[in-house]
Amino acid sequence: MTFSLVFEQLLNGLQFGVTLFLMAAGLTLVLGIMNVVNLAHGSLYMVGAYLALAAAQWTGSYLLGAALGLFGTLVVGMGVEVVVLRTLYDRDHLDQVLATFGLILFFNELIAIVWGRASLFASPPSWLSGHIDLFTGSRYPAYRAAIILVGLVTALILWYVVTRTRLGMLIRAGASNRTMVAALGVNIRLLYTVVFGFGAALAGLAGLMAGPIYNVQPGMGELVLIQVFVVVVIGGIGSIRGALVGAIIVGIVDTLGRAFLKPLMATIISAPAAESAGPALASMLIYLLMAVVLAIRPQGLFPARG
Amino acid sequence: MKARLISWIVAAVLLAALPPLLLALGQPFYLDLVRRIMILAIAAISLNLILGYGGMVSFGHAAYIGVGAYAVGILGFYGFFNGWLHILVAMAASALVALAIGAVSIRTSGIYFIMITLAFTQMLYYLGISVAEFGGDDGMRLKQRSQLGIVDLNDPVQFYYLALVLMLLSVFLIHKLINSRFGMALRACRSNEARSRAIGFSPYPYRLAAFVIAGALCGLAGALYGNHINYITPSLMTWEQSGDLMFMVILGGMATTAGPVLGAFALLIVEEVLKGWTEHWQVLMGPLLILSVLFFRRGLAGIFYKPDA
Repeated sequence: MTFSLVFEQLLNGLQFGVTLFLMAAGLTLVLGIMNVVNLAHGSLYMVGAYLALAAAQWTGSYLLGAALGLFGTLVVGMGVEVVVLRTLYDRDHLDQVLATFGLILFFNELIAIVWGRASLFASPPSWLSGHIDLFTGSRYPAYRAAIILVGLVTALILWYVVTRTRLGMLIRAGASNRTMVAALGVNIRLLYTVVFGFGAALAGLAGLMAGPIYNVQPGMGELVLIQVFVVVVIGGIGSIRGALVGAIIVGIVDTLGRAFLKPLMATIISAPAAESAGPALASMLIYLLMAVVLAIRPQGLFPARG
Repeated sequence: MKARLISWIVAAVLLAALPPLLLALGQPFYLDLVRRIMILAIAAISLNLILGYGGMVSFGHAAYIGVGAYAVGILGFYGFFNGWLHILVAMAASALVALAIGAVSIRTSGIYFIMITLAFTQMLYYLGISVAEFGGDDGMRLKQRSQLGIVDLNDPVQFYYLALVLMLLSVFLIHKLINSRFGMALRACRSNEARSRAIGFSPYPYRLAAFVIAGALCGLAGALYGNHINYITPSLMTWEQSGDLMFMVILGGMATTAGPVLGAFALLIVEEVLKGWTEHWQVLMGPLLILSVLFFRRGLAGIFYKPDA
């Protein structure tokens, strides 16, 4: 277990973390502002991956495909908000969970009808298929490095929009008191549609970037969604800062656990025992982390409102 | 009250008359289907205790189906085939898991509770996938079904009647429970937490106890379900399975005695009909479920009578 190997896995963890963050940011915005649990957020991740893949094959350009995929997810997201989500704002969380569960079934099957159930192969663009040299002397895939960069830049833009612009001010105002914002003459309906659309686009961005690394297949969104729930619970609902910190913690803990838990345990217990216990414990690690955080701070690390 | 008792007796007689009828018609497939529905109805009944009467939106109830089924599979793996031992261990293990999950989750409420119960069940799902001894991702065939002595589970008709009796027993026990002092305290905590605190009931122990009882009962359903499919697999614990159980309770009518049973029959029969139409039945099921949430809020039981609580 050399330093360069650990460093490489840390980067992988960071890459997974920023993907989780893009998902968690949209989810937590919608939760914090509209008070809606949107299980179908994972479906938007899947829609983003599929649309970008199809558009890239159609146009022959990765960037154009990504842009079209992003735009398509934004449109699908706004459509979902107008058709289904809008009727759920006044309902309790149970109704929201159930209705968006129905949305998941619908989207997964729709994708299966159009593209089939088998997983599709998405490749990174040729200009990102190489490696970059790390200071530790080892090489790291350029595509993963690009994901980290895009994720961090998006986080920065998000921070700027939410804290420094008029739209961000409205978003924060909507989160703390929506009735008052509406009374002051803001079109809260439109604001909700726009915020939901942006959340969808963020999920789509995560999905289209994850495409070449993980499998592009129906149901890919739900696996990520549940990990994103862990991120949001750890970070605190409605808090973008919490989502960022939570996502990076979860990403790194999960990745390092899968990479090093087995060899680490083999030094303490017998090798065959570690062989079976290591992967089992590694896959449970982030949920155990969540339980610990909840036991100490039930409101998450950075609750949005005190 | 009397009308309800009569309708239960009629339903029980009809269900009891089904096996000879179906076998005479040469349709054993439907016997299998109704048995599956009744087993999952037990799980839905247990979920109704916490979701309907307790107001705790658990999105992870499939965990206990999994724990119950794995208890049967793992005991069989090590050569223990006594069915009573299977049921005892399935219920005890599910109760313990529910105690652990509940102790952490019930400290929170609302959205947190939903997400946490879902996450813990996902954790168990991954645990099932990564333990290679018991089949991992592929699951594992039972060496043989539970040996109960008086009932032979390899006989579809005998298994059917066992499922029917246990389902009716579960309905009766949960009905007794929610009308007991404990059940009233539980419902009071749901209706108005501040007021029930004021009259001296701390909600936490009542909720946790209900959570554990529901877990144990669902563990029984899991043990039966494992025997039903004669197989154990992590896919018993998927979030879709948890969602299905929630829909059974909601479609049937939350916090009603008959709701979960009606819901289980309705959901699984609709599912079976749609599957007969198209391979892509979920593309129809999804919108149907959304519409039922939006416009059919009181559930099937709401057609017949008002909720108990």
